[in-house]
Amino acid sequence: MALVVVNVMPKPEILDPQGKAVTGALKRLGHHGFAVRQGKRFEIQVDGEITPARLDEIRQFAESVLANTVIENFEVVA
Amino acid sequence: MKIGVVTFPGSLDDCDAIRAVRLMGADPVALWHADDDLKGVDAVILPGGFSYGDYLRSGAIARFSPVMDQVITAAGKGMPVLGICNGFQILCEARLLPGALIRNVGRLFTAIDTRLRVESTSTAWTSAYETGAEITIALKNGEGNYQADAATVERLEGDGRVVFRYLDNPNGSVSDIAGITNERGNVVGLMPHPEHNVDDAITANLDGRGFFQSVIATLTA
Repeated sequence: MALVVVNVMPKPEILDPQGKAVTGALKRLGHHGFAVRQGKRFEIQVDGEITPARLDEIRQFAESVLANTVIENFEVVA
Repeated sequence: MKIGVVTFPGSLDDCDAIRAVRLMGADPVALWHADDDLKGVDAVILPGGFSYGDYLRSGAIARFSPVMDQVITAAGKGMPVLGICNGFQILCEARLLPGALIRNVGRLFTAIDTRLRVESTSTAWTSAYETGAEITIALKNGEGNYQADAATVERLEGDGRVVFRYLDNPNGSVSDIAGITNERGNVVGLMPHPEHNVDDAITANLDGRGFFQSVIATLTA
């Protein structure tokens, strides 16, 4: 069994209210000089070997399902 | 005249929408997310709620349900489709409407009566209003912040596809956009809930009736 990770982040120009809330909380805890943006990490267990075709398939559903490319960027990490 | 209302697992306002359809004189037809036909309806409403728990993103899983394949095909042929709140999010996820809804700017769930200006009456769901009319409709959501890139917003504005604008933007939506339509004007999505403003037994504000009068007029024309 192999693992492929898909990371999804809000696009830089899109406001990230959750990240802003975390940043605010860190400041209140005395951690200054940090700006947090919050995204999602998907861990995908792949049956058998990771072939280029399987990776393409993952890229495809990362774009159509896991991320909404109107507001999010994604990366596939094999 | 039959107007279908889709129930997804986690829909909340399907019964209110069905009730509103009946009250306004059309025949409501309950549709289920797993249906693979639309039971001969003339129009479809995607109601508010939290379909599939809003897991992944609001509306993202619902967009891939079997009934949505039928809705997307029917919308392409010109059937009137109205997405309310979660229904609007589903329409955006399905790319029947451009843009996306993200978390409200203030991070709070907002439940208020919101003032709207009707910007376009050339849609299947707004023809009964007057352009520029100011109406009050119930609004309740945590992710009602409409966003789209500058080119998309420019296109929506230029083509007159912004249907409703907030008079007092409650969630950070770009250009105060509360609702939009597709190029053909048969698909409309908005965050406020017109189905909550039709029944004089529960509210004195009946500003939502125009949606149903409009689609009935459109379908009988």
